Amino acid sequence: MAIAREAAPVSSLHEVREAGLDREDLLGMYRNMLVTRGVEERGHILYKQGKVPGSFYTGRGNEAAAIGVATAMEPDDWGTPTQRDMGAHIVRGLEPWRIFAQYMGRVDGPTRGREGNIHLGDPAIGHIAMVSHLPAMLPVAVGCALAFRIREERRIAVAWFGEGSSARGDAHEAMNFAAVRRLPVVFVCDNNQWAYSTPAHLEYTVEHVADRAAAYGFEGVVIDGTDVLAVYREAKRAVDKAREGGGPTLLECLTLRMEGHAVHDDAFYVPREMFEEWAKRDPIERFRHWLRENASLTEEEEDRIGSEVKRLLADAVQRADASPQCDPATLTEGVYASPEELETPHHR
Amino acid sequence: MPVKTYLQAISDGLREEMRRDRRVFLIGEDIGVYGGAFKVTQGFQEEFGPWRVIDAPLSETAIVGGCTGAAIVGMRPVAEMQFADFVSCAWDQLVTVAAKQHYRTGIPVPIVVRLPSGGGFSGGPFHSQNPESSFAHIPGLKCVCPATPYDAKGLIASAIEDPNPVLFFEHKHLYRRIKDEVPDERYTVPIGQARIHRAGTDVTLITWGAMVYTAAEAAERLAASDGVSVEIVDLRSVLPWDKEAVLASVEKTSRALVLHEDTRTAGFGAEIVATIAEEAFELLDAPVKRIAAPDTPVPFAPPLERAFIPQVEGVVAGLKDLAAY
Repeated sequence: MAIAREAAPVSSLHEVREAGLDREDLLGMYRNMLVTRGVEERGHILYKQGKVPGSFYTGRGNEAAAIGVATAMEPDDWGTPTQRDMGAHIVRGLEPWRIFAQYMGRVDGPTRGREGNIHLGDPAIGHIAMVSHLPAMLPVAVGCALAFRIREERRIAVAWFGEGSSARGDAHEAMNFAAVRRLPVVFVCDNNQWAYSTPAHLEYTVEHVADRAAAYGFEGVVIDGTDVLAVYREAKRAVDKAREGGGPTLLECLTLRMEGHAVHDDAFYVPREMFEEWAKRDPIERFRHWLRENASLTEEEEDRIGSEVKRLLADAVQRADASPQCDPATLTEGVYASPEELETPHHR
Repeated sequence: MPVKTYLQAISDGLREEMRRDRRVFLIGEDIGVYGGAFKVTQGFQEEFGPWRVIDAPLSETAIVGGCTGAAIVGMRPVAEMQFADFVSCAWDQLVTVAAKQHYRTGIPVPIVVRLPSGGGFSGGPFHSQNPESSFAHIPGLKCVCPATPYDAKGLIASAIEDPNPVLFFEHKHLYRRIKDEVPDERYTVPIGQARIHRAGTDVTLITWGAMVYTAAEAAERLAASDGVSVEIVDLRSVLPWDKEAVLASVEKTSRALVLHEDTRTAGFGAEIVATIAEEAFELLDAPVKRIAAPDTPVPFAPPLERAFIPQVEGVVAGLKDLAAY
């Protein structure tokens, strides 16, 4: 039996306005969803062209979940998005050409070729790059929240993870510590039902990951992760609550991972009917339909936004491809930070 | 100049940094109300309050991961592992997240993790270890192992100032046993510079931490009995380590012995010996010698632990062999 609250879908424009979004915001979210999917589709093409070393990961199916949450954050907040949360980077201002440069291991990627895929962050947008050891970034996000609490700042941190990594101890320690100290952090579980090939029921036995929140002493909410507005509304509530000193919340966004774990994985183990069923709930199609029905999105607007995004991505790929390859002479640079690097605003 | 214990010197250093820099905070298990298992932070919570001296749940992963997050948004966290042995529970946060962050993303992680380490009082396998060699293998970390009260205070200030993750190995056996003159005013001791604990001409003995005192006693005995002059190089930090100071001493003596309390195989002594072999082979008059604990867990019973930790007698014998080679 579920313990977490199950969030209702968002039905009307009125409800959206209550949550603080105007029509421009909605169109912005729609555009961010297109950019997010577009970045990953273009990235995949670059991979097939042999321009992306290593493997390639996408978050197809998770666009609404990532964008709904990130839209509810303030610019001064910090977060630790995972490999399925490209949308969060897009919302908070990471330029697509730098993401392509990262994919291709070029010097203009946020990690200057030191890292690949979506292992990226940028202090300018308040994102700390993920590591592969999921969910090791949860305690780090909690540490950001701890600093905000010590300094009595009205800032919050968002700690993203997946249902697979909910099985690891870092998740427990992070949630328990955040709860004990009532820290301003929002935990977001992107539950895409498959951790590589392992189904959710072999990762946990409670009905929802969010049910665990009750055991830590804070609220858990299960949300349809294909409904960007429901995700936004619940994220906004959780973010506001954290900012007001109300402590953590665990949001669980339920989706399906619409591709393999990475491009080398054809996901043969996911039942075909499951893909078919969830394809009908594609987050972008769903939001486009909602906008037409509730916010009178016109065909001209759709075309305009669509072609803007296409142009943005085409330019971004070109600019990234012009970025230089890394110079092996720089191999040993940057293992250690130098004192003057701490003279940045957020370290004062 | 006031005389202080090694423990008091660390405590004074921490308090001074907290007074001069509001970004510095402490977090650990039982460090607040109780003042820490060894009382290094006694009275701190009264002075700095519960949000700068934070009693954490029993969660080493969250403590070290939390420090990393707080450092990235501008704080200067200092974590205490109740015993150095428990740092294994935070391995991932140190090695995977903190150590690699700057190389990967260019973001500095200025954190300090204090590690009460070492044996000699029947602490058993989980309250006696010296895990510095494991971390000395990790690019991106710094590992500091002071032996004297003066260095303990100066190095804790340097560690907190440093823009990188620094592991501060403080030897428990020195806490109250070792006293020396320590200035009241603030000073720093640079990380990565060895010091000559005892000048000599016949044999170089390279060591750090509590073994500096074992080495010193052995050197005195040997000077009295055989007239052999031993130079003791106290590394003070193993990552980075002062290769130049070691090679300069070996150039003078042509004989070297490396001594550490940690176990032998792949211990940090191996790195030092390899470096001497690579860079000073032609200066040597004898093979470089290693004295370390045997490759076992740290035993509990006093006769076993005495046999495990290198003792003065063994070091004297090793030095004698080397001098006579």
